[in-house]
Formats: sequence, structure tokens, C-alpha cells
Amino acid sequence: MIPFVFIAFIVLTVISACVVLWSNNVLYAAFSLLLTFFGIAALYVLVGADFIAITQLLVYVGGILVLLLFGVMLTNQNGNKENGKNDIIGTNTNRLIGFAVAFGLFALLFFTFAKANFVNIQSNLFESIETFSTTQNIGVLLMTDFVLPFEVSGVLLMATLIGAAYLSSKTKV
Amino acid sequence: MTMLTDFGYILLFIIAAIVFVAVILFLAKLIRPNRPNEEKLTTYESGEEPDGNANVRFNIRFYVVALIFILFDVEIIFLFPWATVFGNKRLIAETDGLWGWFSLVEMFVFVGVLLIGLAYAWIKGHLDWVRPEVKTTEYESKIPTSLYDKINQKYSQ
Repeated sequence: MIPFVFIAFIVLTVISACVVLWSNNVLYAAFSLLLTFFGIAALYVLVGADFIAITQLLVYVGGILVLLLFGVMLTNQNGNKENGKNDIIGTNTNRLIGFAVAFGLFALLFFTFAKANFVNIQSNLFESIETFSTTQNIGVLLMTDFVLPFEVSGVLLMATLIGAAYLSSKTKV
Repeated sequence: MTMLTDFGYILLFIIAAIVFVAVILFLAKLIRPNRPNEEKLTTYESGEEPDGNANVRFNIRFYVVALIFILFDVEIIFLFPWATVFGNKRLIAETDGLWGWFSLVEMFVFVGVLLIGLAYAWIKGHLDWVRPEVKTTEYESKIPTSLYDKINQKYSQ
């Protein structure tokens, strides 16, 4: 059962990622990116990283994608009343640099993973993933050993909030 | 109960939601009469005739709201593992209730620090809506307004 779910989510992730790459319509690409993020979250669950999966869902699917769509809508220059269609069509530029960056990242990740020793995991693939939840351990550790970094990260978030609001405001006070 | 079983329930809920929507839409398609005309197919815009497309640039003010939303979204990430353990009965019993109070106070401090940031942005007016400036002319008319009132009175009868 689990291998089928695993393969289904891999197919979902790969297909939606390909749509992101090949679609010229910006909104189609953005919504396919939503499916890609969702598929990756499901893959995180299947490797036993439940907290990372929920972070992926909350921040990337819920937050970053909204910001991305907002970015498209806020900077859109093509809105005119003559054009009856609502599509926002993107264009391909700098293909060579794009391919170079993508290939470089792929090579970096590929060689990093090729050097890692996955023999223990591969020997009992799909059987070893019956793991228990990590979220509660993270919660206990946040409140005990890492309570100071936790509060400091709150201060960091506050600084980011003030900085973001200040930078994007028109009137500098 | 393992983690994967719990997430299996979530997957079942997701599948059920998709199937439910698909079945309802398919049944509606079977039952309803299908007689489209041009009036029915236009975009509904609160009863107005649609003018142009929906593809206009949004007000930049929304961006600040979106950024603040992302920050509170990240805050939720910290709240989430805390919420699973702060009411843990075993931990509270082992520490004579200290665990619950300590984690509650810590989380209030954390949220309070972020609320200070929100209050700052609010007081400084970063959350205020930017209104378009109303242009007033410097020109002062030599004709007093009482003359206009007289004309209005004369012709309003």
C-alpha cells in the first residue's frame, strides 16, 4: 500500500513541476507549484519527517505561494481594458543561464547524495519508515533545552515584521 | 499508533473531499437543464456589466498585509509543536504543574514580542490604507457663493 502512495505522490510532484516549467500562463504555473509543494510535503511524511511536512504545508503552500501570487498581481503591467482575456502570459528569457543554474544545482545535489551512504536505508526500503511522531519531541525540546533560542527567534521575527512594514511603506517616518 | 497511520487518515480526508466535490458536480451536471446564453455566461460583477478584464494591478498596500501574514504564519510553526505538548498530563504530573505554567508563560512572551512588532507597525501607520490625494485648487472665485444660492432658489420653484 505505502509504495503505491509513494509512487503516486512522486508522479504528482514531477508532473506538476513539469507544468510549472512548461506553462507560459503564470497562474497555471503558480497553481501547479501548489501541487508540487503539496507532493513534497507528502514525501516528507513518507520519509518520517512529519514536522517538516507540516512546516512545508503551512509556510510554503499557505504563505509563500500567496506572496508569489500577490507579487504577480501587484507588478502586473498588462492590465488594460482592450484585452478581454484575463491570462497573464510570461515569456522565456535567459534560457541559457537558467539551464546552467539548474544543471549546476542538479550536479551539486546529485554528487552530494551519491557520496552519502544509503545502504542501511535501501536494504529495508518501505519497511523502516514506520516511525513515530517527532513533533512532540520538538515541542518538549523547544520548552526546555532550546527555550532561549526560541524566544530570540521571536525577537528576530519582530525585527523582520517591523523592517518589512517600514520598507514597504510610502511615508518614511 | 504510528505517525503514518495518522497521516493516512489525513490522506483519506483529502481523497474524500476530492471525490465528494467531483460526485456533487457530476450529479448536478446530470440533473440540471443546460441552456446557456450570452447573458448567463458573462462574468458576475455585482450586477454590473463587466468592463474590461480582471487583470488589473493591485494596490501595493496588500503586500504589507501579505508580509505580516507570512510572519505570523512562521509564528504558527513554533506554536504547533508547543500545542501538542503543553497540556501533556504526564509532564505536568512529573513537575507538579510547573511544566504547564512555564510553557504557557514562555509562549505568551513569544507571542507578546511579536504583538509589539504588530503594534509598532499599526501605530506608525504602516497598516493604514493609502488614500488617493484629493487635489484642491488654489483659485478663489470672485463671485460669492450667495449668488449661486439665489440662482438655485430662483430656478428651483
